[in-house]
Amino acid sequence: MTNGAPLLELEGVSKRFGPVQALDRVDLAVHAGEVIGLVGDNGAGKSTLVKTIAGIHSADGGKIRFDGKEVSISKPQDSTGLGIATVYQDLALCDNLDVVANLFLGKEEMSPGLGTVSRQLDEVRMEHQTADLLSNLAVTIPSLRSEVGTLSGGQRQQVAVARSLLGEPKVVLLDEPTAALGVAQTAQVLDLIRRLRERDLGVVVISHNLVDVFQIADRIVVLRLGKNAGEFDAEATTEEHVVSAITGVGSDGAKEKNEEAKS
Amino acid sequence: MSDAATATADSAKNEIAPRPKETIRRLVQGDLASLRVVIGLAVIWAIFQFENDRFLSAQNLTNLMLQITATGLISIGVVYVLLLGEIDLSVGAVSGLAAAVMAVLNVKHGWNPYLAIAAGVAVGLAIGLLQGSLFSRFGIPSFVVTLAGLLAWQGALLQVLGSTGSINLTDPKITGLANTFYSDTVGWIFAAIVVGGYGAVLLLGHRRRSAAGLDSQSPTALVLRFVLVAVVTIVATTVLNSDRGVPLAVLILLAFVVGMEYVVKRTGFGRHVFAVGGNAEAARRAGISVNGVRIAVFAIAGTMAAIGGIMAASRLLAVNQNSGGNELLLLAIAGPVIAGTSLFGGRGSVWTALMGALVIGSISNGMDLLALSSAVKFMVTGGVLLLAVIVDALARQKRSASGRV
Repeated sequence: MTNGAPLLELEGVSKRFGPVQALDRVDLAVHAGEVIGLVGDNGAGKSTLVKTIAGIHSADGGKIRFDGKEVSISKPQDSTGLGIATVYQDLALCDNLDVVANLFLGKEEMSPGLGTVSRQLDEVRMEHQTADLLSNLAVTIPSLRSEVGTLSGGQRQQVAVARSLLGEPKVVLLDEPTAALGVAQTAQVLDLIRRLRERDLGVVVISHNLVDVFQIADRIVVLRLGKNAGEFDAEATTEEHVVSAITGVGSDGAKEKNEEAKS
Repeated sequence: MSDAATATADSAKNEIAPRPKETIRRLVQGDLASLRVVIGLAVIWAIFQFENDRFLSAQNLTNLMLQITATGLISIGVVYVLLLGEIDLSVGAVSGLAAAVMAVLNVKHGWNPYLAIAAGVAVGLAIGLLQGSLFSRFGIPSFVVTLAGLLAWQGALLQVLGSTGSINLTDPKITGLANTFYSDTVGWIFAAIVVGGYGAVLLLGHRRRSAAGLDSQSPTALVLRFVLVAVVTIVATTVLNSDRGVPLAVLILLAFVVGMEYVVKRTGFGRHVFAVGGNAEAARRAGISVNGVRIAVFAIAGTMAAIGGIMAASRLLAVNQNSGGNELLLLAIAGPVIAGTSLFGGRGSVWTALMGALVIGSISNGMDLLALSSAVKFMVTGGVLLLAVIVDALARQKRSASGRV
């Protein structure tokens, strides 16, 4: 399933907030065309890990390699510059702007012109690209010109994910993409994540919902109290094993079994 | 919920048809606010015309246009600030101070009139930059920063005017700004430029969209919009020509409205203004310099206030201690809100500066014709403002009710 070297590789990454050791020598490898479910209890360090990769926090220790080369990520621009896109739980969309404007926010296409004043927004090109991208992802939205505030939660999530793809990233991090969504909308978003995998992207999905994780993830990485607490092949494990790794109750057996299976 | 759900259902049902229903809905919703204002304005005009048949005379309508120029220009800057969801209480005081600086430099120091005007505008720009920087750097609410400004700039106005307290403007270059009228021929040339330009913009936009295979407004809607603008332009030119002619002041106001509307709707900067007004955090994460946008917007507000103040001084032929005072500030803010720019940020257009000034100006002008007291005038204007804000709040509630699931 996962062949070749990992696209993004974390080795022994640590992060400390004052007295709290949020991440303690965490390892993570993301391959192209692979969906990783990152699970763990509240405070396990999932969000800190994602924010470290996204450049919101910088790691205190450990190595991050991207495409085999060691890199340092200290600010969000470093992360996006490498080709890592992050979709946060609050989506960060402007409700008063339409789908096209949100997709291109901060990186608007301008029509050629002389000065800065005569260079106007190239709405036609942006709308065209939006339509192409969304139809590629099989996302249906009634009108690209409707305000994002009028869309459903699932549609908003899909717009946010689509927006992250505009920068042609290689790795996409999704923070709780299905939280607060209904059944049908969750299915839409999971479909979208599968299409990200088909595009050969590396995808990391943080989720509390193990049912969702088992539906889409190829590998499941468990964090507990800031440490790696197990890694499972989604095909070969059961929800029980993952839950015990998350809670730390009787997890050792599961972990060892899994590691045996790998070697 | 219902809106989005039915729309999804519709588009799923007939994916081939280009959703004519959606187009109509968009047209109606997009133009609803401006339609409301136009109807309101028509009602106001009808009432005053019924009470006093001089109201719709060419002479009075020309006066009305001259009366609203200064307020309208100031309101343009206010629209930008409102789009951010902020407020600028200093625009009245800034307009007075800028006019005073211009008057003192020109009359007392003998500066070239254009240099004096430029200096006045520069004062407005500098004040706007200062207030914008204070607001964004220290995170002080704009309400407080500009309230302090309101007091400080009023003091500065008194200081600049000195012991005389009033300066009469005599330079024809300055007084000409508000007191120049063009001949019939020149008026019609301007009208032709407006109508032709609008038609060209509509046609080119439509062509580009159809060429790219995107659904555009139906040709009927486009023709309708064109005819509407052409009729309004021709009627306005006819009326103005039958009195003193098309005033330079009206052309200045129109030029600024069109130019600033272009900036806010068609440029990247304008898009960022809307984004910051809608969700500042989202804008920041999208890589937009939120503070930069905020400072620029307050600079625009200060600049437009200065330009409005200079036009007001030109019309009055003087600057005095009351310049930029009284109800000017409140009317300049009330206008755009009455005409549909949201107080909550992220929604509105520069046209509301013009339409709002027209509504408020008409009420004030009409009640003057009826010789009603200022007491009644203020109360009626207050009532209209309240009504408009309630409509805005209701529209917002409806949006959030129909919006997210």
